[in-house]
Amino acid sequence: MFHAFLYRLRAEGLPVGMGEWLSLLRALQQGLVADVDGFYRLGRALLCRSEADYDAFDIAFADTFRGADLDPAIRDKLEAWLADAIARSSEELVDPSKFPTDEDLWKAFLERLREQTERHDGGDHWIGTGGTSPFGHSGRASRGIRVGGAGGNRSAIQVASERQWEGYRTDHTYETRDLSVALKLLRQLQRQGAWELDLDGTIDATCKNAGDIELIERRERENQVRLVLLMDAGGSMAPHAARVEQLFTAAEEIGTFKSFDAWFFHNCPYGWLWKDDSTGERHATAEVLADLSPRHRLIFVGDASMAPYELFSATGYGFHDAERAPGIEWLRRFRRRCPSSIWLNPDPRRWWDHPTVAAIGGLFPMFELTVDGLREAIGTLRTPV
Amino acid sequence: MTGFARFEGTDDYVADAELMAVVDAAVALGRPLLVKGEPGTGKTQLAHAVATALGRPLLSWHIKSTTKAIDGLYHYDVVQRLNDSRFGDSDVSDVGHYIRMGVLGRAFSSAEPTVVLIDEIDKADLEFPNDLLRELDEMAFHIHETDTTIAATHRPVTIITSNAEKELPDAFLRRCVFHYLAFPDVARMERIVRVHMPTLDDDLLKVALDRFFALRRRRGLRKPPSTSELLDWLAVLVHAGIDATRIDEAHPFLGVLLKQERDLVAVQKGGSTWTD
Repeated sequence: MFHAFLYRLRAEGLPVGMGEWLSLLRALQQGLVADVDGFYRLGRALLCRSEADYDAFDIAFADTFRGADLDPAIRDKLEAWLADAIARSSEELVDPSKFPTDEDLWKAFLERLREQTERHDGGDHWIGTGGTSPFGHSGRASRGIRVGGAGGNRSAIQVASERQWEGYRTDHTYETRDLSVALKLLRQLQRQGAWELDLDGTIDATCKNAGDIELIERRERENQVRLVLLMDAGGSMAPHAARVEQLFTAAEEIGTFKSFDAWFFHNCPYGWLWKDDSTGERHATAEVLADLSPRHRLIFVGDASMAPYELFSATGYGFHDAERAPGIEWLRRFRRRCPSSIWLNPDPRRWWDHPTVAAIGGLFPMFELTVDGLREAIGTLRTPV
Repeated sequence: MTGFARFEGTDDYVADAELMAVVDAAVALGRPLLVKGEPGTGKTQLAHAVATALGRPLLSWHIKSTTKAIDGLYHYDVVQRLNDSRFGDSDVSDVGHYIRMGVLGRAFSSAEPTVVLIDEIDKADLEFPNDLLRELDEMAFHIHETDTTIAATHRPVTIITSNAEKELPDAFLRRCVFHYLAFPDVARMERIVRVHMPTLDDDLLKVALDRFFALRRRRGLRKPPSTSELLDWLAVLVHAGIDATRIDEAHPFLGVLLKQERDLVAVQKGGSTWTD
C-alpha cells in the first residue's frame, strides 16, 4: 500500500523525497495518526510544499486508496487485522530503538515492502500490505485506515476524490498574485540605490582614525532589471485576454524594476507598436527598438499562430507598415537587440505543432503562460547579460 | 495518546479538525509549522491560540523587508560599544555586554518552553528563509563575538506565516509542516463572527454574510474583502444602527470592505446586485 502511494505521488509530480517520506513514517511511528482522515491530513501537511500540490496529492490519495470505502469484505479483513494488531504488544509495533538511524528505518521499510510484494498478488493493493505487514509504522497507519469508522463524516478518500484544490494548481491556472510572486524572482541587485550607513566601513575608518568616529555611507542594493512586456492583442488572443491582463497587472504592480514598459501588437510586431490598445496611441517599432539595450529583458506574450504569410511575407499583414518588413524580420531585430528575451504562449504546449509557432519558437525560448511556465522562463531571463 | 498537549482551538479561535491535526503533528515532530493563506484567514491568530492552548508564552518576530536572519538570533550593538569606547562611560572590554538577544535567541535560552511566531516571512528578502535553516533544524546558534553557543533547552513550537507574496526556497519548505488555510466557508465564517460579536442580530449577520460572499465571488476585484474587513464592516453597521433591510439600499460603508478605489467604483455602479 505504502510504496504504491509513494510512487503514485511521485508520478503525479509531487517531489516527495526520502526526507519527507521518513518524516511521515516517524510521525506514524509516534502514533500521530488515529484514522484515515488523520493519515490524509498528516500526509498532506508533510508531503506538500504548497497549496498548488494539494490537488496532485488528492489524486494520488484517492487513486491509491480507492475502494476502501466501498467493499465490506475489505473492511472486515481490515477490522480483523486491526484487532490482531492491537492485541500485539506495542513494543513490537512501535519500537524506535529498533531503528536508531533513518537509514535503518528506511532499510527495514524497504525490506518489508519487498516481502509484501512477493507474498501478495497485486502487491500495490493497500489491504494486502496493510493486512499482514508487521512493520510498526505502516502498521500504525494501516490501523488508521479505519474507513467508515467513528464520526460518520465523509471519509478522506471521498474528500480527496472531490479535488477541491484543483483551482490552486500552478500548472494550468493562476491568480495575479501567483504571477507577481514568480516575477519577483526576476532581479539583479546592484548598489545603486539610496545612501545607507556602512557599518563595517565605519568601524574600519574609525579604527584607522584612532577611535574618532567617522561615518561611512554606501548605496543600497537596487534591482537593475529593465523589463519590457510585448503582448499580442490580436483576434486569436481574445480568449486569453484576461490572463494576459493579469500578467500585465502583476508586472506593473511590482514596482521594483529599474524600468517597466508594455507594448501591444497584433499577431506579430510589424512597423507599429501600440502603447494603449484602447486609445490607439502608437509608436514606430523602429523607435522602440532604438530605445532598447541588451540590458533590457523582453517578454513576448502571444499564441504565435497565424497564417504563414502573416509571419514570413513582406506584404502579409503589414499594410500599415512603411518599411514592409516581414514579421519574422522584426522579431529577429528584437532578438538581436535584446538577447535576454523569451516568449510566453497562452496555448498549451501540445498545440504548438504549427509552422509559425515553430518558427518563433526557434527564435525565442518559448514557455507556456502558466505560473510554472513563467517561473521556468524567468530562469532563462535571470542569466545576466 | 502521546505526551504532548492537544491543540483544540481556544475560546476565541475557531480551529477545524484539519488544522488541529496539523498543529499536533508539528508540535510532535518538533518542526516549524508553515501556515499560508490569503490575508484574513487567521494565520497570526493561530499562533496566539496555540500559545494560549499550550499555556506557553508567545514570542513574536514580525518580519519586514529589511529584516535579516541574524536579527532574530542576536544583535551585536557595535555602535554602542564604539560610542562607549570613545566616551568611556562603561566597561567595553566585555563583549557580552553588547550582545542583545533576538526573538529566537530569547526562545532558545528561555528556561520554560515557548511558542515562536515568525510572522509574514515572505516580506523579507528571498534568501532570508535559507539563512535560518540550520538554526531551525538544530534549534541552536553560535555567537561569534563571545564564542558561545546558544542551544534550546526546550524546542520552541515555531509557527511561520506567509501571505505568499514571495516564493519560499525549496530547502526551507522541505523542513516545514505545511498547512494552507483556505478562506472560511459561510458556516465557518458565521462561527468566527459569533466568537467576535456574540450579540449580533441574526438577520443582519445573514444578510451581511450573503453580501460579503457575493462580493468575494465577484470577478475582477483587485482586493477582495477578507475576514477582518467583514468584522469591521459589521461593527460599523451595528454602530450606525443599520438593520438587515437597509443593507441593499446604498451599499452602506462599502469603503470598509473595499480598499481599492477602482473596486469601490465598480461595485457602486453595479447597483443593488453586489455581483457583476
